Amino acid sequence: MQQFTQHQGLVAPLDRANVDTDLIIPKQFLKSIKRTGFGPNLFDELRYLDEGYPGQDASKRPLNPDFVLNQPRYQGASVLLARRNFGCGSSREHAPWALEDFGFRVVIAPSFADIFYNNAFKNGILLIALDEATVDRLFQETEATEGYRLEVDLEAQTVTTPSGEVIRFDIDGFRKHCLLNGLDDIGLTLQEEGAIREFEQRHRQTQPWLFR
Amino acid sequence: MAGQTLYDKLWSQHLVKERDDGSALIYIDRQLLHEVTSPQAFEGLRLAGRKPWRLDANLATPDHNVPTTVKERAAGNAGIIDPVSLIQVQTLDDNCESFGIEEFRINDARQGIVHVVGPEQGATLPGMTVVCGDSHTATHGAFAALAHGIGTSEVEHVLATQCLIAQKMKNMRVRVEGKLGLGVTAKDIVLAIIGRIGTAGGTGYAIEFAGSAIRDLSMEGRMTICNMAIEAGARVGLVGVDDNTINYLRERPYAPSADHWDAAVDTWRSLVSDDDAVFDKEVVLDAAEIAPQVTWGTSPEMVASVEDVVPDPTVIGDDTVKRGVTRALEYMGLAPNQKITDIRLDKVFIGSCTNSRIEDLREAAKVAKGKKVADSIKLAMVVPGSGLVKRQAEAEGLDKIFLEAGFEWREPGCSMCLAMNADKLGAGEHCASTSNRNFEGRQGYGGRTHLVSPAMAAAAAIAGHFVDVRQFAQQPQEA
Ligand code: SF4
Repeated sequence: MQQFTQHQGLVAPLDRANVDTDLIIPKQFLKSIKRTGFGPNLFDELRYLDEGYPGQDASKRPLNPDFVLNQPRYQGASVLLARRNFGCGSSREHAPWALEDFGFRVVIAPSFADIFYNNAFKNGILLIALDEATVDRLFQETEATEGYRLEVDLEAQTVTTPSGEVIRFDIDGFRKHCLLNGLDDIGLTLQEEGAIREFEQRHRQTQPWLFR
Repeated sequence: MAGQTLYDKLWSQHLVKERDDGSALIYIDRQLLHEVTSPQAFEGLRLAGRKPWRLDANLATPDHNVPTTVKERAAGNAGIIDPVSLIQVQTLDDNCESFGIEEFRINDARQGIVHVVGPEQGATLPGMTVVCGDSHTATHGAFAALAHGIGTSEVEHVLATQCLIAQKMKNMRVRVEGKLGLGVTAKDIVLAIIGRIGTAGGTGYAIEFAGSAIRDLSMEGRMTICNMAIEAGARVGLVGVDDNTINYLRERPYAPSADHWDAAVDTWRSLVSDDDAVFDKEVVLDAAEIAPQVTWGTSPEMVASVEDVVPDPTVIGDDTVKRGVTRALEYMGLAPNQKITDIRLDKVFIGSCTNSRIEDLREAAKVAKGKKVADSIKLAMVVPGSGLVKRQAEAEGLDKIFLEAGFEWREPGCSMCLAMNADKLGAGEHCASTSNRNFEGRQGYGGRTHLVSPAMAAAAAIAGHFVDVRQFAQQPQEA
């Protein structure tokens, strides 16, 4: 997994609640059997004026000039600001793959859907949940200030605005540890092999019908 | 000490290890696999030189990409016209073969949508933990199994370790008490619940569905409700074990054999919340007040009774909500205050892991019997959830009822629920759909989805617009 310690980046505001995973990456792109290459189709239906399909040359497609990520001032953004319940819908990990491939390392919103939350962390994307009022203020500041950047420090659990304001955020210890060290959690779990085998044996004794 | 909820019991029965930081390792009894979210997981295993921990815990079937027309299906995988879809299905076949995982392939009678196949085979049992790289895994909670969707990295993690790193959820109970009105179904209950608590209302919770109206439901109905727990934000939906649960499972192929059956049933009986269990949140609905539901917007919480009108954004106070409603109406091509029954339809889809089981098809057939699909409907299709559902429906003559009414009778798969195969909506088309998501573009680029029950979808197909199935059922068809 990609390590995450500190990050400083340009902020793009996606002013919309309940952004679902179908919107983040439409289903026609889920046919790929790879983990990479989803960036050009991130938010495909919002970003382009035509209908997207796998294997297209994205550089030849007509862009929707009204979509925020297409505006010149947000080019190169790596911090996404969004509204509540971001990432709702399906379990497709293609959603964080697409965000990451596009260049986002941090998403800030008032809340995230559960499965998306897990999936993002597995891919080195830091999700920061802040209260609605704070997110609202960040939206205003981002829209008012061209080149608005945020500084994120995972170790300290802080977001720092250009004016020097420091906002603290919560994250659970295990996720933080894995992200800071870029750990492969399968490897970590396999260190518990003994405990798993022991559990499995007991389980098999008490409920043998669960095993064939 | 307060008693335990069903979720608490399932959680503690699968706890391998708890860490100080609140994360835990839980043991997984069953993993269901399909072609879309597994290839990268198998690739990961291969790259790391790892093997599946326990083969017999896994069961696979292709569902999302498979064609549903009889002609294409006759050719097996070779009938998949889209080369990218073909590669994905073929990759699942290859992976299952090389790792030794049991798979129901494309034209196996047992093939179907994973969430229909698992319970149908008895591969989902009370007291199990069930995962799948698919958010509608919540469906299996109808059997008092702790079941939820996971991402592809987690699919790989479960394959390699038979465990999942998880955090305990909070407990919510949704009680639906009383009797449902005639023509009102499980789908209407769950849409009404989502309308009440919102698509994020269950985030962070495992929702147990309880109350007399839930107990009165068949297992099919309970699956429909648990299926859409995820649309209420909850990864997990649950219903406690009762006679319905046990009777459904008897003699299913993967269910306990005769020598284990009694012991299993004994164990299963304890899989209910204790009377004194405490829930972090409780919501109560009166079943008698639930009318047939129709979604008008682009999120499942944008739902109304069939007797209602589309909302008017100008009277909404909350800015984010107002913008959301405005955008949804624009996308859906609807006007504020328009009557739901005035929404005209282009296509009708009866299927998906929410509503493609035998009972769903029976309900739709009851409405369609002896009637004709309206001329203005371009396509009305019925897609059974599995080959076995299809076979059963045909044995009951349901296929004939549908065909005579002008519906297409298809082969099993996800089909137009998310339109990864050839079944899709054209831009601007309105569809009455028994599936679970009405997101923008979900059923096809620019497509407009209205979520309803199978009976409501069948009635809409015949009328050409939404109608209240409670009145419709008794009326002779207009000329
Ligand atoms: S039927 Fe629809 S919701 Fe269910 S698994 Fe298939 S695509 Fe997903």
